[in-house]
Amino acid sequence: MKKKDIYIGLLIAAILAIFSFFSSSSPDGLKKVAQDKNFIARATNIIKAPIPGYLFPGLSNKSLSDCLAGLFGVVTVFVVSMGLGNLLLKKDK
Amino acid sequence: MHIPDGFLSPPVFVSSWALSLVSLGYALKKTRGILKDKMIPLMGVMSAFVFAAQMLNFPVLGGTSGHLLGGVLSAVTLGPYAGAIVLSLVLIVQCLIFQDGGITALGANILNMAVIGTIASYYLYILLKMIFKKNRLIAVFIASWLSVILASVFCAFELAISGTSLLRIALPAMICVHIFIGIGEAVITTLILNFILRVRPDLVEGLKR
Repeated sequence: MKKKDIYIGLLIAAILAIFSFFSSSSPDGLKKVAQDKNFIARATNIIKAPIPGYLFPGLSNKSLSDCLAGLFGVVTVFVVSMGLGNLLLKKDK
Repeated sequence: MHIPDGFLSPPVFVSSWALSLVSLGYALKKTRGILKDKMIPLMGVMSAFVFAAQMLNFPVLGGTSGHLLGGVLSAVTLGPYAGAIVLSLVLIVQCLIFQDGGITALGANILNMAVIGTIASYYLYILLKMIFKKNRLIAVFIASWLSVILASVFCAFELAISGTSLLRIALPAMICVHIFIGIGEAVITTLILNFILRVRPDLVEGLKR
């Protein structure tokens, strides 16, 4: 995979993340079932995540905070994944 | 299909943590053996893509939404084990940073989506590829559709064993919704793999002969 391919791939992911404010706000499959079958109230949160619900904190504009959270996630996942990949490769040598 | 905290009982989440850790350990070992320099950026890009795609919920019938899981997509491009690692990394980041999926349920979420939805579904794809020799994209379509349904079946069993819902209620309800969400998964996965196959066929390991 060439450098150019990485940039193109990341650009596609970033564009998708930016467009995440178009995302449907309906409940997903499991949440819908939990609502219909009356066990949604059991859901709790044990840890407090820094960016809950994909909304970047401290921003009043929902779309903007959605985009920022998405971009932050894309970069984080990319860095962690590359890091792990390199770690696995090094141990092999 | 990210299970939050509170839905699973301690015996269920502890055993699913154990199962997913053992599977991940095996996946890491397998990946270490075959990992090449050029595969690492593809792993990075694929995890970024799967993360972004999972943020995009598409509407499904009856006021529900679904999003791409990306299990079969990752497995076909990276192989089942590196694919499962990608899915797990995405799930871990979603849980720890975005509060999507509970920390106690993370093991079950990895089990459902990275182990069943990626590794097991990849072997389903291999099986289907033998049946539909002439058109591997049909195998991709069916395998990605089934991957979502299978993950939802596992989820329903976990809920039922936890006593959160009765199996005769949770199982049909989960399957019913995910039959439709799975169609979205199948269409998106097939379109993307068809596209990659046209522009960069060298990237699609699993589609080669």
